[in-house]
Amino acid sequence: MFSLILAATARALLPLILLFSLFLLIRGHNEPGGGFVGGLAAASAFALHALAHGAPEARRIVRVDPRRLTATGLLVALAAALAGPLTGGPLFAARWLDAPLPVLGKVGTPILFDAGVYLVVIGIVLTILFPLLED
Amino acid sequence: MSPDLLVVAPFVVPLGAAVLALGTSRSVAAQRAVSLAGTAVTLVCAGLLLAEVSYRGVIATSIGGWPAPFGIAFVADLLAAIMAVLGAIVGLAIAVYSPASVGHQQERFGYHPLLLVLVAGVEGAFLTGDLFNLYVCFEILLMASFVLLALGGQRAQLEGSIKYVTLNLLSSILFLTGTGLLYGLTGSLNMADLAVRVAALDARGPVTAVAVIFAVAFGIKAGAFPLFFWLPASYHTPPPAVAALFAGLLTKVGVYALLRVFTLIFVGDPGFTHGLILWAAVLTMISGVLGAAAQHDVRRILSFHIVSQIGYMLMGLGLFTRLALAGTVFYLVHHIVVKTNLFLVAGIMRRLRGTEELADLGGLYRERPWLAIGFLVPALSLAGIPPLSGFWAKLLLVKAGLDSREYVVVAAALAVGLLTLFSMTKIWAEAFWKAPPDPPAASDGRGEATGLDSNLAPAFATVAGLALVTVWIGLGAGPILELCSRAATQLVDPSVYITAVLGGH
Amino acid sequence: MDTWLGLAVGALYACGIYLLMRRSLVKLVVGLALLGHAANLLIFAVGRLTPGVPPIVAPGATALIEPVADPVPQALVLTAIVIGFGVQAFALVLLRRTWTRLATEDLDGLQSTDRLDEGHP
Repeated sequence: MFSLILAATARALLPLILLFSLFLLIRGHNEPGGGFVGGLAAASAFALHALAHGAPEARRIVRVDPRRLTATGLLVALAAALAGPLTGGPLFAARWLDAPLPVLGKVGTPILFDAGVYLVVIGIVLTILFPLLED
Repeated sequence: MSPDLLVVAPFVVPLGAAVLALGTSRSVAAQRAVSLAGTAVTLVCAGLLLAEVSYRGVIATSIGGWPAPFGIAFVADLLAAIMAVLGAIVGLAIAVYSPASVGHQQERFGYHPLLLVLVAGVEGAFLTGDLFNLYVCFEILLMASFVLLALGGQRAQLEGSIKYVTLNLLSSILFLTGTGLLYGLTGSLNMADLAVRVAALDARGPVTAVAVIFAVAFGIKAGAFPLFFWLPASYHTPPPAVAALFAGLLTKVGVYALLRVFTLIFVGDPGFTHGLILWAAVLTMISGVLGAAAQHDVRRILSFHIVSQIGYMLMGLGLFTRLALAGTVFYLVHHIVVKTNLFLVAGIMRRLRGTEELADLGGLYRERPWLAIGFLVPALSLAGIPPLSGFWAKLLLVKAGLDSREYVVVAAALAVGLLTLFSMTKIWAEAFWKAPPDPPAASDGRGEATGLDSNLAPAFATVAGLALVTVWIGLGAGPILELCSRAATQLVDPSVYITAVLGGH
Repeated sequence: MDTWLGLAVGALYACGIYLLMRRSLVKLVVGLALLGHAANLLIFAVGRLTPGVPPIVAPGATALIEPVADPVPQALVLTAIVIGFGVQAFALVLLRRTWTRLATEDLDGLQSTDRLDEGHP
């Protein structure tokens, strides 16, 4: 079902919502936000695109198979968790870089874990959504 | 490996293997290899953990370095370590058996990552020392089990899934409710800290109410009376490897949770709470075995037997003496291996004959005598015939019952043992001994998923391996019994556990 | 306010359990969702409804200034919501698959796995 208004709006909103989702991800440690809600926002951007242009087109935009996204996200999260034992601490011990980075601020394993969660959430929501839309 | 890392290893290793399996989802052979390697390494880690705990005492670590009771603690006492080893054994057995039972289509769909995530959830549930982390691990293994149960998508799987999902979700919600209420009463989620705070509370009423909520929540998961009806309705529908995995592990996680919560936290009113559990145990035993007597399909019979044997384990918890708890732990060790083995044998029967209806089976003894032995060993062990493992487990529980003067319970246990023997001989007579009906049933899956490996060797190897483990437990019961007694001592007197978590840091 | 919240939680539990026992699979799934929300609201209520500030010690101070919002129930609710989301997604797909495969969502017609077969002796 093609609607011109929805298609045009989705084309404009997709990058904006994706940027917003990254913003939510980065501010998540000290303010409301975080990996989960950032992932949901990003997935909703792709969902909006899928509603406007159809699921195959949205899959093309995402470029990667959503299940790969989930696997990558889990790998990143697990790597963040294992940074503790590899540097002589317990599991999930937080390790921080000394110098703050320009946009992100103080970076460490918590934001890496959040990024992993972000990818996992996008992957899972799209894995559920695309087959339902394609049926 | 440092003890800190060893305690979390059985949880992290399968999770890492699951990620690897997700990454190699194109190649079935690679996934099988990852699955085998992952479960094998988990078994090694769990074994090392058991050795460490047995030698050194309770080991506790905290995630992220946040000290208990503020952070999440992972604790390995003897019970947890024993269960971790058993979980890993079952995981490895299923990983070896799976190629013979799960089709290529399903393996490509993600069977192996799900299997590994389920094993990770089970190990996490056994090793965690935080009540909410227990909820999270329950949910991890529950969600993996949902998808594994629905594999195949036929009518039976969908119907089984609906019942399984509904009742297990109800159990999760009740667990969450109980956790919330307990947090409101005490202000803590760490199990050791809860033990201290609940003992210091004045308000007995709310605490007992929350205890009953937990008993119902874990009772649904464990398959206790009258909350077990989801089990026979769903355990005979998934592929046999999956059914064996569930039968061996999932209800035992519920029993473990009951053991942990009712020996550590809710010990203030044992007359009421443990008395309730004891009566539930008796009714579970009886209703399970009577239900089994009415069935004529191998896996449905075995599903009802799971329920009945859960009754034995709850009986030990209900009696709440050191000997009884040792009996429960020994029963867990015996039953996990035996039940998995029986379900795997049922799976082989299905491959050979294409059906599980007793009326359509027959002649398996003549055709495959070694399979018959592979059935007989766990079946007689289940019924409690010496010198197999079931006999020692039942002996411990009966002796504990007599020591506590609960004669009705003991009589029920012995009667149920007889009826279990009746059920097992029924399966033997119908499936193995009698001549096959003519025309003989087609082999290798009538209408089943095509693309199954024609090589049944891994299946037979798994059954043989588990049968050997049963024999070994039975003949070498002495050291295992001593281990279970030490585990029971730690359960009866939780101060060792509490000091390890709260004091040592 | 606590009383009203308690009554609301109780009402949600009651609705959830009532729907769980309905004959339609759709209502069952809605009932499960309501139960999840009820449990989440209960945990939220357990955190004591106070107009509290975030539990962060101000720079230079050494103790928290009461009243402080308890962060643990909020973390619990967040986790429970995420888990509930995954579970509801699965339940919906199961519902859809049952509808497309079996053309029914009447639970009375989906009982073949727990009845004894009458066809065999």
